[in-house]
Amino acid sequence: MFAAGQHASTCHPHMIIAYRAGHKMKVSNMPVTEVKTGQDIPAGGVTFEWLRQAEDASLHRDQEVHTVAGVYGGQPFSVIEEFNFWRSKPELAEAVAAIKALTAVIKRSEASTMMGLEIELRNASDALKAWDETSISLTAGCNLFLRYVTRTSAVEYEDIAAGKARLIERGERFGEISQKARRTIAMLGQDFVHDGCTILTHGFSRVVLALLKLATANGKRFSVICTEGRPDNTGAEVAKELLSVGIPVTLILDSGVAYMMEKVDMVLVGAEGVVESGGIINMLGTYQAALVARTMNKPVYVAAESYKFARLFPLDQRDMSPSPRHVDFAEPIPPEVTVENSARDYTPPQYLTLLFTDLGVLTPSAVSDELIQLYL
Amino acid sequence: MDARRRTVIDPKVRMVGFVTPTADMPAETAPGTTTTTTQASGLSQAPATTVSNFSPSPVIIPPPQKAAAPPVPVPSPGIQSRPAEIEYPSAAVVGSNPSDSLLASSSLPSSKTGILPGERLMQPLDLLAASMPAGTGTIGVKPGKGQPTSSSSSSAQVLPVRVGSVPKSTASKPEPQQATTTEASKPLKERTSKAERRAKQEAERAAKAAAKESGGEKATTGAEGGIGQSTVQKESKAQKAKKEHVPERKGPQPSEKKGTDKMPEKEKKKEVPAPRLQFDDQQKVAKAKRRSLVEQTETKNRVELFRHLPQYVHGTQLPALEAKFFHDDTMQPHPAVYQVGLQYLTGEIVGGNARCIAMLMALRSMILDYTTPAEKTLVRDLMARINNNVNFFITCRPLSISMGNAIRFLKARIAKLAVSLPEAEAKASLVAEIDKFMQEKIVFADKEIVKHAVTKIRDGDVLLTHGWSCVVEMILIRAKEMGKKFRVVVVDSRPKLEGKGLLRQLLSKNIQCTYTHMNASPYIMQEVTRVFLGASSVLSNGTVYSRVGTACVAMVAHAFSVPVMICCETYKFHERVQLDSITSNELGDPDALVKVPGRNDLSALEGWADNEHLQLLNLTYDATPADYVSMIITELGMVPPTSVPVILREYRKETTI
Repeated sequence: MFAAGQHASTCHPHMIIAYRAGHKMKVSNMPVTEVKTGQDIPAGGVTFEWLRQAEDASLHRDQEVHTVAGVYGGQPFSVIEEFNFWRSKPELAEAVAAIKALTAVIKRSEASTMMGLEIELRNASDALKAWDETSISLTAGCNLFLRYVTRTSAVEYEDIAAGKARLIERGERFGEISQKARRTIAMLGQDFVHDGCTILTHGFSRVVLALLKLATANGKRFSVICTEGRPDNTGAEVAKELLSVGIPVTLILDSGVAYMMEKVDMVLVGAEGVVESGGIINMLGTYQAALVARTMNKPVYVAAESYKFARLFPLDQRDMSPSPRHVDFAEPIPPEVTVENSARDYTPPQYLTLLFTDLGVLTPSAVSDELIQLYL
Repeated sequence: MDARRRTVIDPKVRMVGFVTPTADMPAETAPGTTTTTTQASGLSQAPATTVSNFSPSPVIIPPPQKAAAPPVPVPSPGIQSRPAEIEYPSAAVVGSNPSDSLLASSSLPSSKTGILPGERLMQPLDLLAASMPAGTGTIGVKPGKGQPTSSSSSSAQVLPVRVGSVPKSTASKPEPQQATTTEASKPLKERTSKAERRAKQEAERAAKAAAKESGGEKATTGAEGGIGQSTVQKESKAQKAKKEHVPERKGPQPSEKKGTDKMPEKEKKKEVPAPRLQFDDQQKVAKAKRRSLVEQTETKNRVELFRHLPQYVHGTQLPALEAKFFHDDTMQPHPAVYQVGLQYLTGEIVGGNARCIAMLMALRSMILDYTTPAEKTLVRDLMARINNNVNFFITCRPLSISMGNAIRFLKARIAKLAVSLPEAEAKASLVAEIDKFMQEKIVFADKEIVKHAVTKIRDGDVLLTHGWSCVVEMILIRAKEMGKKFRVVVVDSRPKLEGKGLLRQLLSKNIQCTYTHMNASPYIMQEVTRVFLGASSVLSNGTVYSRVGTACVAMVAHAFSVPVMICCETYKFHERVQLDSITSNELGDPDALVKVPGRNDLSALEGWADNEHLQLLNLTYDATPADYVSMIITELGMVPPTSVPVILREYRKETTI
């Protein structure tokens, strides 16, 4: 029921995302004279066929970039503007907005081959990613969509029109898919909420809110403790949302997590990104909440859509691209003081109990399995 | 050439067969005693078995899933070429230090039927001819056959440790008795007629083909090898007229077997991977001994817990080995295979990738030189031929897991060949497959791993590594080329001291290094930010099987919360699950522990073999639990150790099916 069958089944073994078009592997020094490049190459990983195609494509790359500029010369099209347009819609997550923007690129594309289209998309998504390097769900959304394009191009190799139509349809539907994912997660996750329990949440997450609302709608009675969420004051927002459906809310300071933990039955957080190790990247403070919960043997649940799965593998906190956030300290601070103001932290998988995703309820180690099937 | 080779003194030789369990068991018999031995054992053996026993099929299956590690500890000039070997995996590269090489000077590889083998091989054949009609019974008992030749033809040669021949005969006597009294199935097996045995082999082979997947690499390399070889052997030995009868026999016999209750047993065997030969199982060992290729020498004072492993033994086995391998054309390993095998033996080729590439290159040239004999099909004959050659490799040194995977891949490709395919095309496609495997699975894979791994190195990092993994070396050098500022701690351990080789490479690239021994790892770990380690294999429960000491380093790093990254190509992954380092391992030379270079005063272990209360254990590998591993860097990306089964599931099928 929860299997990621649709992804796995379309997996094309010849494509590895790591081998971007720009790379030319040096194939020398080996006594290889004849290398079969037929269609029947069954081996996984990088194949010569793929390399050749990539090389062909990269040769035309400059031209195509140029034609894009030429075509839109009169009416400049910017992925980023498109993205921002979609992002301004309240119900859309960042990843969805990115996919919508990329769909717009396809619509306007005049590439004549799937490979050309792919390159164009790749450039667009690189631009998007560069625009906000810190956003994990943006990167993940772009990558996921590109991945889908690669697979489609593998499937519908000859017919560009059909491939394009399929991609556009997919892109258009993605918003809907993401809504559906949220509902699925809410449905799966609300089983874990039982009557009379107290839930601690940290950060503002649409999925978590949907889950809690659904649980209430199903007649469950529980209370929520939410953290203040400095500096964005996410706690106030969450409290307002929850109160509107009649869930009792307690607001605490971010530093009060350990103080309140003994009254808590479970910790439920969203995620900005779910990384390959099965850990999550989320608003600053999630890690310490998870640590405290682990110390007191409380379960930590994460609700996240599968499009937030990112091919990242941070080893520690410093291993992520920094995303500084302006912090407003009430007192004026002498300039000599260094302010460390990361907006997020990385919670390693050993502190998480389960992840509620639209692929099912997963253990952290299953995330990597899904990612491998999704991306490789 | 010949003379030179014979006079080479006492090369360290891995004893692959087995070692007799009791200390006073004779390794082999001197020529003079041969007759007594054969008579003694001949009495106890059914005459029917003689012929087949005679065929020197190396059925001994040493644990094939041992991974690579160099038996020779010294960082010699040869080592410097190690990374280069990866880049240029030609057979020539490996012999980088010919003067060290035992056989480098021999003309062997160039001349397939060279003077050298030819001359000396005549003799065993003559001997055979003489002894066969006489019906002396079990000439197949090892000492009877190869030994006289080698010792008679080369009197100057240094003989391995051998004890008198008398215990041999006494030892072999009780064994058949045991067999008849205690175990019912065993004597049955041994007493079956030749035809029956052949039929059984056929049935087994068929079963194996059907269940190719299920069996581990071992099942394919080892067991099949034995079967294939012995059949080939027999056929060649049989008169030509006889050959025509052979197929007729095959027909009815298997069906008879199927009728009996033997079949379910076979089915069972199919599902369970073939058990490794446990070297502490006296019966099995004795049985294997009879079929063994390599002369036996003695290790003393074996460590109790590791008795089931093939023991590392000194000795000159080369002459006997050659004698046995060369006296028959079908048995003869290809010259390239022979060369590489001996390079394994002498420790000239070490390191998982280097060994695997050398093996593939050797098999590649074997396939290029291969012609299908008349009345045989390429697929089956080539498979048997490859089994022969692989067995030779195993004789020289147990296969590593990566090599087993490569062989499995090659065999799958051979099995997939259409029978109707012309020989030239079949060969070309196989060669292309091998080349592709080497490029994609090893060369490209390493480049990808390097690309992934350098992203985890930041300015100011202190990286720690242990031993000398060529992938790690490539990573460090690449990171340096990219201008990253970091420091490397090379942790080394006795007796191999491989780290010195790595140190030399890194220093030549002006990388700032610290060199220390394992003993200091907890101290040095305080300042380390990343640990990079290589691996011989990664097993499906995430256990990392690597050079001994890896587990220790990983454990210390884990205790200090330092991330441990294992760099390993996916072709080295294996479906097996292993929880300890005992069940499967490779024993190194115990004498390597005895002497410390430059410390002649440390003589406490001199003559250790005479003290029965003392055992020396020199392990080659250990298993690092997945808990201590933060990530595994493969060419497919960086994955947690829990994802190894997924990669196996998603990617292994394409190579083996």
